[in-house]
Amino acid sequence: MKAWIAFWNILAKDFRAYYLKPPNISWGLIFPLAWTGMFFIRSGAGLDSVPALLPGVIAVSVLFGTTSLLSVTVTFEKKGRSFERLLLAPIPLELLMLAKTAGAILFGVANAFVPVVMAAFLMDLSAVNWPTLIPAIVLIAISSTFLGLFIAVSVSEVFEAQTFSNFFRFPMLFLCGLFFPIEQLPVWLRPLSYALPLTYGADVLHGSIHRLPHMPLALDFGLLAAFCAVLFALSLRNIRRKWIA
Amino acid sequence: MTSNGNFAIEVRGLAKRFGEVQAVAGTDFEVREGELFGFLGPNGAGKTTTINMLTGLARADAGTIRIAGIDCSKNPKAAQHLMGVVPDESNLYPELSGFDNLSFCGALYGMAKPVREARARELLDRFGLAQAAGRKFAGYSRGMKRKLTIAAGIIHAPPILFLDEPTTGIDVASARQIRQLIADLNAGGTTIFLTTHYIEEAERLCQRIAFIVQGRIVRTDTVEDLMRQTDGRYAVQFAVSNGAAGLCEAIVAEFPNLQCQAVADGAVRVESREPVRIGPVVRFIEDRGAEVSEARKIRPSLEDVFVEVTGIEATAMKQEKAKMGAGA
Repeated sequence: MKAWIAFWNILAKDFRAYYLKPPNISWGLIFPLAWTGMFFIRSGAGLDSVPALLPGVIAVSVLFGTTSLLSVTVTFEKKGRSFERLLLAPIPLELLMLAKTAGAILFGVANAFVPVVMAAFLMDLSAVNWPTLIPAIVLIAISSTFLGLFIAVSVSEVFEAQTFSNFFRFPMLFLCGLFFPIEQLPVWLRPLSYALPLTYGADVLHGSIHRLPHMPLALDFGLLAAFCAVLFALSLRNIRRKWIA
Repeated sequence: MTSNGNFAIEVRGLAKRFGEVQAVAGTDFEVREGELFGFLGPNGAGKTTTINMLTGLARADAGTIRIAGIDCSKNPKAAQHLMGVVPDESNLYPELSGFDNLSFCGALYGMAKPVREARARELLDRFGLAQAAGRKFAGYSRGMKRKLTIAAGIIHAPPILFLDEPTTGIDVASARQIRQLIADLNAGGTTIFLTTHYIEEAERLCQRIAFIVQGRIVRTDTVEDLMRQTDGRYAVQFAVSNGAAGLCEAIVAEFPNLQCQAVADGAVRVESREPVRIGPVVRFIEDRGAEVSEARKIRPSLEDVFVEVTGIEATAMKQEKAKMGAGA
């Protein structure tokens, strides 16, 4: 019970201090809107292109929404030493880091629904398989957040976290099959695609919206969950080795 | 709650190395329940590293740590609920108000909302910060920040409090207030582990003191026993104008039983194992054409003991001489 009081208050503090600030709210809204508009105009296919673009825009919104703020909530607090206050609290490190990342996960999920709400005005969403889409969005948000966490705890400066995030984010967007089918990528790039968590998230999103998954959904969900577990475990290992050294 | 006797902190063979630097080199010490224990040493002596290991912010390479009888060597989290920690730099959240910072810190220790908010109000009152409770921490003065950081360290009323350089870099009035707060906390039964490089602060507050130099504890004793080392030593300081240059060498040549040291602009301090006869020294100085405006007896201080035990000044001098020699 006591540990959960700490968990809830860390999450609530991060929301008050970071996520609910006007710049982040506007970033959370404007970024998905801009991506949706950009792809919509670029496709030139009118409203017919919306279903094809929706999985990509959802994924981009989640990926950027989750990873962007980890450099502040974790790296910045570590740099400013307020993170030490959390490390001194009598709660397990696992629970502490779940509290620090829960905000980003919720923020990412909320970002994902901005393009979904927009799409509701432009296309018929009755064919969408919600029971797979919603868990997929949540798992993509968790895996992206833990990727952001892994980067945030591997560096010591905020600008390093942001730079390394882009180093992962942009190649991942173009290799995960969201905008270009993996089969169209050069053969030597394909193994890299299958080493990215977003590839499996993108496959479930395509499956939920167009009913065209390339892999079994169970495999997608299983691998996404495995990525979440591995990234979280590696992040905790880095914290123990580098920050409690 | 405790292991051997009634030790709040018990450390054996504690060691920590950062690359080539042996930050802490096999230290042993214990702090009794209710004691105010000082950890005194120059910058880089290993004080903060020791606190970090005791509180779970750093892993020891070797040694054992028992906090209130709980072995924390393998699991640093095991006794964190019993500790309050005030780091050497204020590390609260700049965007939160003073009240919200304290309430949040209480929540980290699992305190229910009504309990932690009542405690936050009580501490803000006690630390003279009630008027600034709603202001953001970022807007606090340095002294206010320090006081709020100490309040955050005791929000959960810990039986053991670690204070790392609590008065460094703040104004005299705030430092005095903080010293009084520390004394009051200790009088209320809190065990306090205080690191400082202010010798007079340690002398004024602590019951026992450990001198740490280059990661090693060179002496641990009560303040009274440390001061006993100065028994039978006499010191007189002379304020001299016109002709202090070369005066010490001349005094030592004339009075071989005296030691002499230039301590400030125009002042020399003479020491001896027997009472210093002021008259002959004043006459000698004035015969050299200098003028003595004041002569006063000096009570040997803990600083003298520290210098004698650690030899830090002598070492610094040797290093300076070595540098000059290398450059010549």
